Amino acid sequence: MSNWILIIYCGLITFLTRFSMIALLKKEMFNDRIREILSFVPSAIFPAIIFPAIFLDSSGLVQIENNPKILASMIAIIIGVLSKNIIATIVTGLAVYWFLIFI
Amino acid sequence: MKSNLKVFFKGVLDVSPLMIPVVPFGLIFGVLAIDIGFTPLETIGMSLIIFGGASQIVLLQLFSGGASSLVIISSVGAVNSRHLLYGAVVSEHLSDLKLIWKIIISYFLIDQAFARSNEYLKKNKEKNKYFHLIGGGATCWVVWQTTTFLGIILGAAIPEKLGLSFAVPLTFLALLVDDFRKLINVIVILISGLVATFGFNFIPYKAYVIVAALVGLFVAMTLTKMIKK
Repeated sequence: MSNWILIIYCGLITFLTRFSMIALLKKEMFNDRIREILSFVPSAIFPAIIFPAIFLDSSGLVQIENNPKILASMIAIIIGVLSKNIIATIVTGLAVYWFLIFI
Repeated sequence: MKSNLKVFFKGVLDVSPLMIPVVPFGLIFGVLAIDIGFTPLETIGMSLIIFGGASQIVLLQLFSGGASSLVIISSVGAVNSRHLLYGAVVSEHLSDLKLIWKIIISYFLIDQAFARSNEYLKKNKEKNKYFHLIGGGATCWVVWQTTTFLGIILGAAIPEKLGLSFAVPLTFLALLVDDFRKLINVIVILISGLVATFGFNFIPYKAYVIVAALVGLFVAMTLTKMIKK
């Protein structure tokens, strides 16, 4: 599949989820239980992006030792939970990471 | 009744403060897309056609890992499913609109615009209140396209050894900071992350994002049920 076709399909699926939400779904279709489960979607899906990007090296092997990303992420989480600030979280993580790899 | 333009600009004004975190997100996306090997035109195309931060970054991440198109597209769909509830809440305010407006609003409906417009939609009864949503969405659109473009220019200048790809897990971590305060969420986060990490090489077709998310949701269902009993 060419890059452009892939981009268009990803655009379509993004659009269709949004469209189905405002044109097809109604609030009444969601009972409290479904609401509760949906509220866990970010916690269920984002770690699947986050963890491999932190713990796996470029060849896909788990790397725990000599991995500055682990410490940088942990400090970023602490700052994030305390400050509740998205930018502070990203900047702290990058700053610690750069400190560890360059110094 | 306020004029359409006035409601539109109220939307612009209300959403603007929420645009601050969108700036680094857009820059990082632009830089990484070039880094991975997309052309500047394709990168701009992604921001124009998809117009969704998380969707676009998931696309980059899986594309660079060599995932198949089908897995990339379904993972993008799964990432978007987190909005299902938001939309269902907004939809009650938009049920009388013409189809064309529903299509336009669907393109612009992103978290930030939604969060602010929902408050406005609840409080106001005017027929043209949906212009608030369009104003908020359009603001985010301008910021997203501009920062993508700046990221493309920066991407050519930033050396690879800076390891900017680490900004991807960081931006997603930043979206979860509230969830780290809740025990069940922390358990779900850890299990999903471990399944993805250890399944990375074993789950076929790089479908680890979907598999980990489903396991995570199953754990959430089980734990919330146990607590109620």
